[in-house]
Amino acid sequence: MARREFSASRIPGFPTVAILVFVALYMPILMLVIYSFNAGDSIAIWEGFSFKWYPVAWNNEQVREVTFRSLTVATMASVIATTVATMAALGTTRRRRTGGQTFIYLMINQPLMVPEIVTAVALLIFFASIKVATGYQGLGYLIAAHSAFCIPFAYLPIRARLEGMDRTLEVAASDLYATPWQAFRHVTLPLLMPGIAAGLMLAFVTSLDDVVITLFVKSAGQDTLPTYMLAQIRRSVSAEVNAISTLLLLLTVILLTAFFLLTRKRD
Amino acid sequence: MKTTLTAIALLLGGTALASAEGELQLFNWGDYTSPEMIKKFEDETGINVTITDYDSNDTAMAKIEAGGHGFDLVVPSNSWVPIFIEKGLIQELDLSKLPNHGNIAQQWLESPYDPGRKYSVPWQWGSTGIAVNKTAYDGDINTSSIFMDPPEELVGKVNVTPEMNDVMSLALWYVGGEPCTEDTEMLKKARDALMEAKPKWQSMDYGMTEKMAANDVMASVYWNGAIFRARLKNPDVVYGYPKEGYPLWMDQVMLLSDAKNVDEAHQFLNFIMDPENAAMISSFARYANGIAGSEPFMPEDMMTAPEIVVAEEFQSSGHFLPTCSPKAQEYYTAIWTELQK
Amino acid sequence: MSAREEAETRRDARNTWLLSAPALVILTLAAAGPLLIMLVYSFLTPGDYGNVVWKFSTDAWVGTILSKDIFDGTYSLADAHLTIFWRSVKLSLITTLFTFIVGFPTAWFIATRTARTRTALLFLITIPFWTNLLIRTFAINQIIRNEGILNTFLIYLGVIDTPLVIIYSDFAVFLGMTYVYLPLMVLPLFAAIDRFDMKLLEAAYDLYATRLQVLRKVVFPIVRPGIVAGSILVFIPSLGAYVTPRILGGGRNMMIGNFIELQFGQGRNWPLGAALSVLLLLIVAAALVVYIRATSRETSNG
Repeated sequence: MARREFSASRIPGFPTVAILVFVALYMPILMLVIYSFNAGDSIAIWEGFSFKWYPVAWNNEQVREVTFRSLTVATMASVIATTVATMAALGTTRRRRTGGQTFIYLMINQPLMVPEIVTAVALLIFFASIKVATGYQGLGYLIAAHSAFCIPFAYLPIRARLEGMDRTLEVAASDLYATPWQAFRHVTLPLLMPGIAAGLMLAFVTSLDDVVITLFVKSAGQDTLPTYMLAQIRRSVSAEVNAISTLLLLLTVILLTAFFLLTRKRD
Repeated sequence: MKTTLTAIALLLGGTALASAEGELQLFNWGDYTSPEMIKKFEDETGINVTITDYDSNDTAMAKIEAGGHGFDLVVPSNSWVPIFIEKGLIQELDLSKLPNHGNIAQQWLESPYDPGRKYSVPWQWGSTGIAVNKTAYDGDINTSSIFMDPPEELVGKVNVTPEMNDVMSLALWYVGGEPCTEDTEMLKKARDALMEAKPKWQSMDYGMTEKMAANDVMASVYWNGAIFRARLKNPDVVYGYPKEGYPLWMDQVMLLSDAKNVDEAHQFLNFIMDPENAAMISSFARYANGIAGSEPFMPEDMMTAPEIVVAEEFQSSGHFLPTCSPKAQEYYTAIWTELQK
Repeated sequence: MSAREEAETRRDARNTWLLSAPALVILTLAAAGPLLIMLVYSFLTPGDYGNVVWKFSTDAWVGTILSKDIFDGTYSLADAHLTIFWRSVKLSLITTLFTFIVGFPTAWFIATRTARTRTALLFLITIPFWTNLLIRTFAINQIIRNEGILNTFLIYLGVIDTPLVIIYSDFAVFLGMTYVYLPLMVLPLFAAIDRFDMKLLEAAYDLYATRLQVLRKVVFPIVRPGIVAGSILVFIPSLGAYVTPRILGGGRNMMIGNFIELQFGQGRNWPLGAALSVLLLLIVAAALVVYIRATSRETSNG
């Protein structure tokens, strides 16, 4: 067998699989975008083309409110979760194994280990007693709950990134009399960035998707987009939610494209 | 920095800050409250209404029982009313603040679950019957055998709504028993019949307005209003009233014991007992209301719908479900768990 | 061990705790701590209409393994629980494996592009997940239903002549979960693959005869942390999945998440739900400890 030059970027089959994965990922998205233009009110039966669901969704105050609330909670929770997860990952990786590490590891992954409904009921009981005792019923509970279950989603990619990073550069930095903070800020953090970005994204979408815990923790007037939609399942989900999802998708794409173009200038 | 802090404080403080004008917190089933009706109420009274959704009676009660929720009004189904009363979760209404109370239709004024209607105001009512797609099966549809012993044509195409009380009652009537029975012979019969029928079902799911209309499901145990909406899209869908017995239900608005906006709540309750406003609720969610005189304000298609207006011949087999004893409830859940495994 | 090393170990341990403290505080207050309530509840008696009565009972724990016949009061092995548990484990394992099979080439493909394409592709993979889970699941339902586009397309191609009934099956749940959890596999894999130098790999290729050897001896050891993270992130959440089985499984094929939810909902047996969850937590934690121990030993030896 003749030996061809090996290229990591050209392993046969890999690009095909990757392209198929991308196609499969976008199929349902395509469906939901198409049905947001449905003239009928159904997400299953096509009744012709129409723009009517966009003004309907836009003019529905409840839809606007729940969407904004979802984004707020997801932003705050994912930032908090990623910050504490990064610290925890730095604390538990590339160090001498000490007794507490397995415990910390299990604690951090605990939210993954029980079905959401269990945490949900436990939080309902726990938070309700705080709500009664303090009288505070604000969004803080939702943000705290979301931050907690987002931590493992942020932690694992960061840890995976950190585990394989060698210490040469950091050691070099401290040999050059960089303070530990400078070494972290200018060496470790930039190297860790892809892991942090992956963790932040995972945390954000995880928070954005949560139904069950939110359902049990929310107080009066604290519906999020998912709980609003879950409550519609028993009746019927209208194309209105497709319209709002499409708008959010559009917003995401615009933001990401802007980010993408802005960063290009720096290159 | 200061602005950021204020913004965060506002955000976290939530609704507490916005209560100058008077507010009302309504905890209701999702997609069940007419936005036009709420808007009209807000315009007339200046009270700001916030709606929060739930998707099951159990979740609603668990949250209310835990406390600290901030809700004023809740809308559970009739068989839950005695439980709410017994647990002390709701308070008696001040009838002097409800001049429209007399508008409640005569037949709903005396309800077994709330004698004298001291606690609850009707929101909407309906039935749980059987929807069939005529193109798949054109035999008698006014029978529970459609799902308890599906005809050849419907095997593997039947959906059963995952509502324990409705399904158990239908099954008990089908085998000749009564809902909430503690008669083990009857319960065994019902269980065996259900277990035998289950392999012939396609699913136990919600969302049948779409699925019946789209021909995904050919028959289903479901609620009348949803099937009415399915029929408007797909004329092949028909709704049957099982002659063995079928459940009637009514969702009730009730005032919570720890409500903060009691006056506003009474204004709202009085408002929805006005026939015109009650009709707004009905024309949005597509179920009948319990207010006399609302008919002239109802949409034409609802007044003639066989799903909404129960024909004389089917009326006698419809019954409101009683609140089961804990013992009967235990039998129910054991059978239900076995059925869903 | 010298005094200096000992001091360093102590400092390391202190830093470990200090750096993990904020995460641990949040988790204690808003996740793990309140779960103790569940432990307590698992030893109480169910209330008549949900909730619990403060009376000690071990019925719930007995009930996780044995089921009492409601009619004659005899006990037998709770085969319903076993069926549900087995279905959950099986579906979650298959999902994890399959997300890895398609996720690995995808992550690899992304990691070997130029920096700009890489960023774009990473965005592309996450964009669908900015759309809500429920609406995505409904959209999947649209594709696989009897008259959905998949069947229409296959019939048009002449591959089949009657629609494939995928909707409301274990297979539908598997498809849905694979879709939902795929990025949880791809992103950690990417983070792991991305950090090593492809030139090293290409050099390594000269040392070994086949691609398979390169994969086994060079690639896998390096990406192992990514595989560990990815499979944890996929396997455990799919074990407790609730929304996907509910919408795509049609309610007849429960998974553990739905079964536990039933106990807290219409089943009105909170203690049993609590006991089942504590049991699940223990099993998963034990498996995780074994898994971590095994993988970290291999890493340190290799």
